[in-house]
Amino acid sequence: MEILELIREPWPWYIAGPLVGLTVPALLIIGNKSFGISASLRHTCAMCLPANIKFFKYDWKKEIWNMFFVFGILLGGVIAYSFLSNPNPIIIDGNLKAELAGYGITEIYGMLPEQLFSWESLFTLKGFFMMVVGGFFIGFGSRYAGGCTSGHAISGLSNLQMPSLIATCCFFIGGLIMANIILPFILSL
Amino acid sequence: MNIKDQNTDFETRSLDTVCINESQLEHKWYHNLKYLVIGILFGIVFIKAEIISWYRIQEMFRFQSFHMYGVIGSAVVVGIISVFLIKKFNIKTIYGEKIEFHDKTFNKGQIYGGLIFGLGWAVTGACPGPLFAQIGTGATVMIVTLFFAIVGTWVYGYFRDKLPH
Repeated sequence: MEILELIREPWPWYIAGPLVGLTVPALLIIGNKSFGISASLRHTCAMCLPANIKFFKYDWKKEIWNMFFVFGILLGGVIAYSFLSNPNPIIIDGNLKAELAGYGITEIYGMLPEQLFSWESLFTLKGFFMMVVGGFFIGFGSRYAGGCTSGHAISGLSNLQMPSLIATCCFFIGGLIMANIILPFILSL
Repeated sequence: MNIKDQNTDFETRSLDTVCINESQLEHKWYHNLKYLVIGILFGIVFIKAEIISWYRIQEMFRFQSFHMYGVIGSAVVVGIISVFLIKKFNIKTIYGEKIEFHDKTFNKGQIYGGLIFGLGWAVTGACPGPLFAQIGTGATVMIVTLFFAIVGTWVYGYFRDKLPH
């Protein structure tokens, strides 16, 4: 049982990072697939509403593996949450905790602050920016950039691609601007 | 499908994307279960390492914690070594196919799109992978975020020709 106890603890970066990295050769070796996740969003468009747009007119059945993969990620979430959940509250940095408390966000547990990400807050201005506009930016931006964190920052950098390095830097710059400049405005709405 | 059609299809499919199916083999659907299994393992790592945590992403963008830098950095190092070994020893897939790599070409989309993606990443605390995992943990409202990510992808496809690249 001790092993299960150990698995339930949050995993350190030096365990998780290499496991994430191993996804790259695993997908290549079992079927010549390059690791990436945001493409699943595009395949969904191609499947459901291609609307005669050239960008969505391709044989999505060839990429159905990607849908199996992302559905697996969802199931992995169910399994980890149901059986391997950390029984202790999440520990976060003191400065972040103080900053969030300044916006009235004091219930720090789980993976997301429920005070911000819930069905009730979806219909507030804050929730609209965080969940609706945020989601739109993820989808629009990742496709415009030609990949997301997995495709560019992991797959692309693993293959030493300069465009992926540029994209990764821009992801990061965008994130810095949002977290430090724009998010404080959204949180105080 | 003749060769010419196949090539055009591959061209469209590989447009603005990193992850593509390079395999020329046709398999029964259940061969895809392999990817489901890898996905499940990957999803478990996402949760257990708190990569899907909004708090961890906020800490990363405020330089308050090393955790996410450690995860991404060590993942990239392992990825680089793996790709290097695959190329050096010409490792084949389990079906005996040659493993293909394609060089990406630069376009301005990687800058504009990258910045937009970064804004979305920091506000939601999730990139596309973690979105799926978060929904798995019962954060059902993230289905809305996923839906709008699909809408964003569609809108990009619609305006693609008019956007600077």
